[in-house]
Amino acid sequence: MIVGRTFRAARFTPFNKLEKLMQKPISKPPIRWHIPVFLAPAFLIYTAVMVIPLLGTIQLSLFSDIDGEQVFVGLANFKTLLGDQHWSQQFWNALLNNTWFFVIHMLVQNPIGILLAALLSSNKLRMKAFYRTSIFIPTILSFVIVGFAWKLILSPIWGVAPSMLDVIGLKSLFTPWLGKEEYALTTLALISVWQFVGIPMMLIYAAMLSIPDEILEAAECDGVTGISQFWKIKLPLILPSIGIISILTFVGNFNAFDLIYSVQGALAGPNFGTDVLGTFMFRTFFGFQLQLGDPNMGSAIASIMFIIILIGVSIYLFGIQTRLRRYQF
Amino acid sequence: MKHKSFKAILVASTVFGSAGLSYAQDATLTIESWRNDDLSIWQDKIIPAFEAKHPNIKLKFTPSAPAEYNAVLNSKLEAGSAGDLITCRPFDASLSLFEANHLAPLTDLEGMNNFSDVAKSAWITDDGSTPFCVPMASVIHGFIYNVEAFEDAGVEVPETEAEFFAALDAIKEKGNYIPLAMGTNDQWEAATMGYNNVGPNYWKGEEGRNALIKGEQKLTDEPWIAPFRQLAKWKDYLGDGFEAQTYPDSQNLFTLGRAAVYPAGSWEISGFNTNAQFKMGAFNPPVPNEGDTCYISDHTDIGIGMNANTKHPEAAKAFLNWVGSEEFASLYANSLPGFFPLSKTAVKMEDPLAQEFISWREKCEPTIRSTYQILSRGTPNLENETWNASVSVIKGAETPEEAGKRLQDGLASWYDPQK
Repeated sequence: MIVGRTFRAARFTPFNKLEKLMQKPISKPPIRWHIPVFLAPAFLIYTAVMVIPLLGTIQLSLFSDIDGEQVFVGLANFKTLLGDQHWSQQFWNALLNNTWFFVIHMLVQNPIGILLAALLSSNKLRMKAFYRTSIFIPTILSFVIVGFAWKLILSPIWGVAPSMLDVIGLKSLFTPWLGKEEYALTTLALISVWQFVGIPMMLIYAAMLSIPDEILEAAECDGVTGISQFWKIKLPLILPSIGIISILTFVGNFNAFDLIYSVQGALAGPNFGTDVLGTFMFRTFFGFQLQLGDPNMGSAIASIMFIIILIGVSIYLFGIQTRLRRYQF
Repeated sequence: MKHKSFKAILVASTVFGSAGLSYAQDATLTIESWRNDDLSIWQDKIIPAFEAKHPNIKLKFTPSAPAEYNAVLNSKLEAGSAGDLITCRPFDASLSLFEANHLAPLTDLEGMNNFSDVAKSAWITDDGSTPFCVPMASVIHGFIYNVEAFEDAGVEVPETEAEFFAALDAIKEKGNYIPLAMGTNDQWEAATMGYNNVGPNYWKGEEGRNALIKGEQKLTDEPWIAPFRQLAKWKDYLGDGFEAQTYPDSQNLFTLGRAAVYPAGSWEISGFNTNAQFKMGAFNPPVPNEGDTCYISDHTDIGIGMNANTKHPEAAKAFLNWVGSEEFASLYANSLPGFFPLSKTAVKMEDPLAQEFISWREKCEPTIRSTYQILSRGTPNLENETWNASVSVIKGAETPEEAGKRLQDGLASWYDPQK
């Protein structure tokens, strides 16, 4: 501001005066203290609980314990993780499982979430608050409760699933899903979908509510109603929210750990069929049963998880979000 | 004058009195443990018995969940917030704590003289010179059976493998009981109560175990494949949906009287005694052929050591000495039937099931679980791999030979004597 004012003043002063002005040092703008002061709390807390631990993890992953001493080994841990037959086999298995976990969420959770939101925002539906609340409740339950409840429901011995299937004559369809390598991961992913479907539902619902009635009325005037109104008017308007949900799902799924740990334990059975990067990292970092913890290798896995998520988020931010068309009402 | 001295006495008594008090308060020892099942026994029996003898030492028993114990303990030790007394897992987990200077050496602890070398072997340096935990108890593997189920099917307690499977067939045929109560969901039972339960009979206990450590035998040799062959046959006798059956599920199936035989560790005894309403018996793992020597897994399972950074080393040593005493052995064995004391002096046990288990020590050769000493030091971890392999074999996803080869390849990849 100050600089601008001097220039403006200079424009209208005669030449000799201008020269004098140029010789005078231009007064420095005062430091705007309020900016750092107001940023400080968030910055300090974020640095203390996120940035420093993250840098610490990355640092730890570059060291190795050799005869009780921490020795800098560069990228050797990552080389072992990706190059050694036993490590890499577990790593790729976990990454693949993570990807499948994510795919199920994208294919099942988010479409169902959108569908529920569309139903909820329909004017004809009664008892909206009841549906909204009951669908959202599992989201606030603890993983341990959800995991344990579903483990009991699906238990071949005490569970209600086999007897319920029996009632409708489909007992033959029942298998101990959580114990079979080919079904366990999908079952867990669906449990997680059941738990979290409320989140996309709520976000999309909010986005749909923010669509002004005039637009919908104008669409109706143009003869766009019902399903085609959803596809042609509402969906384009909620695309940015769907993008945000996708990225939240991606980050959440590649950080997944709790549900799998509470249902299948740290060994993520059967035969590592449900092992994701989170459980693999936990086992490696803290050790399990006779396996001793190796914080350095564990940090290497954690760093790779960070990099994978960073790449995914970057692709979204720079590749997709910038191209999304936004409408202003 | 008189008045003054009286005052002095008052002052002195206050100062010394409070000093004495603070000393007594100071010696509060915290015990780290994974035995959260035993909380009430420690609080009601063991701690009062000790505190009665050492009134100035207070004990606090603070267990955590078994599966998380090692991880929790390691973090606490790193952070310096761990308790004064540390319950020791056998072998490498504790050895690494000792090597990291978290556990204090106990070479000159008097109470250590009450234990044999075998008992001490799980908590001693590789050269056998420095012990670091006082052995507390071992657990014995075998099978617990429902006596009514055996009578129902008209079978006798099996002594050989053939008789064992004949009995299971008879129970299956009769159809009133699930022959074997075991699931593969939690994985460890298949290895601990399966492979390491029946295995010693084939690899001849210590003989085979030591040969494996020295590299004279391989996991692909017949004695190490044979237990897998037996496990592969178990599949037909397990309950419906055993793939998703958890460890508590199996315990409940048995104690509710729905299963006939439970592949067990002796630690189950106290829980089963409270929950089961029927008469139970136990038999040791059946031998392959009649007349063979039987071997049992008598596994050194629990020890207790001293945090090297404890503020009360003298009080902690007093407790450890007491753990080595006959009083503790008798108290522990009878409060927790199924955890057998390792001290040299014989302890009288009241519980009939516990008596049955411990009687095998006389007729059979004892050994410890094959994967625990030295062989689980590297990656891949042999113990964890054995869990996985035992489950795969039971499910039929892997043949016994394939499982043996996989374990051998994994072991040979880091363990020099096996290369």
